[in-house]
Amino acid sequence: MANLKDLKTRIQSVKNTRKITKAMQMVAAAKLRRAQEAAEAGRPYADRMAEVMRNLAHAAAGADDAPVLLAGNGKDDVHLLIVATSERGLCGGFNSSIVRRARAHAQRLVANGKTVKMLTVGKKGREQLRREYEQDMVAHVDLTEVKRVGYVNAQGIAKDVLARFAAGEFDVATIFFSTFQSVMAQEPTTLQLIPATVEEDPEKEAPFYEFEPDEEEILAELLPAAMTTQIFTALLENGASEQGARMSAMDSATRNAGDMIDRLTIEYNRSRQAAITNELIEIISGAEAL
Amino acid sequence: MAAMMQFDLVSPEKLLASFEASQIEVPGAEGDFTAMADHAALVTTMRPGLLKATSASDTAEYVVTGGFVEVSGKAISVLAEIAIPRADITRADVDAMVAAAQEAATNASPEIKDTADKRLADTQILADLLAL
Repeated sequence: MANLKDLKTRIQSVKNTRKITKAMQMVAAAKLRRAQEAAEAGRPYADRMAEVMRNLAHAAAGADDAPVLLAGNGKDDVHLLIVATSERGLCGGFNSSIVRRARAHAQRLVANGKTVKMLTVGKKGREQLRREYEQDMVAHVDLTEVKRVGYVNAQGIAKDVLARFAAGEFDVATIFFSTFQSVMAQEPTTLQLIPATVEEDPEKEAPFYEFEPDEEEILAELLPAAMTTQIFTALLENGASEQGARMSAMDSATRNAGDMIDRLTIEYNRSRQAAITNELIEIISGAEAL
Repeated sequence: MAAMMQFDLVSPEKLLASFEASQIEVPGAEGDFTAMADHAALVTTMRPGLLKATSASDTAEYVVTGGFVEVSGKAISVLAEIAIPRADITRADVDAMVAAAQEAATNASPEIKDTADKRLADTQILADLLAL
């Protein structure tokens, strides 16, 4: 049986860990609320952008001279995977689940003879992917210094991606992130950015729009903006998911620490009792021997 | 009373305004226009300028730097990249806008040079108009 002093130190150290996880859980809860608010605030813009896109893309999709961002450049050889993860760990399976999805996608592409390139956002995903895809990583976006993800961050990423696309570095771009569903559930999500995916809504009849200036010019401006918005939405969803994941991870860590303290305390009390009994036996047997 | 239409002004980060308006003056890319209820369905881009929405009780003015406008008969949605209420705008905001336009114009590739130059000119006019 472990000695009493060791047990006491163990209990104390688990108690300290519990204090930390508890604090982290509360911090995550506060941050989650803010992240959720940000995600909700961004929704009206994203929804309307998607709607305008839907209306326009419908008209342009069939045309021969449809913009490359919408129709693609006709090739499907080089794929750019944008993997958006968090900058910090201790958030359960959040980063791993995104990375797992991206890795599966990359392996599938490689198996089909395609070339894979990676752009990582957030260092946790980069660390996990570096082992296998070091030579395929084209860029990394560091958001460590960013307290609150803003539209400018998304613009920066979008600009980089568009410049690479214009330079012919890749043919298809896909972003991996996590959609926030609830504190308990975050859904890893794959979204193709280039060529743009447009959700069809057969229920809704698109009104007949006039365009000013003409359709092509509006599309030329709209497509990059729509892509930026998709990236921005992904970053916001990721932010909320990260905090949600951290909150539930820290909650179970706190609970586990509690259980451990209970177990250790029982063991401590038993050892103490055993030591006392032992001493008594010694005294009694000593007295009897006289 | 004039017929009203739903006016929504959104930026990527938040919903800035949403109310019933009787008329909205928009700085369209091809010239200003005023939208009222039952306006023909229209999608247009915006140039930097002033957006003015008149509701039953008062008029709200916003400084916008560009974006998209979608008008249908019943509603108008303005998707602005940056939109600041005119009352809140500061010298620094305007300077930042001009600087951003200037930078875009300097770095513009030949195909979009015209657009970037036009944007810069529009931003400068806007800065003068605001006269801060």
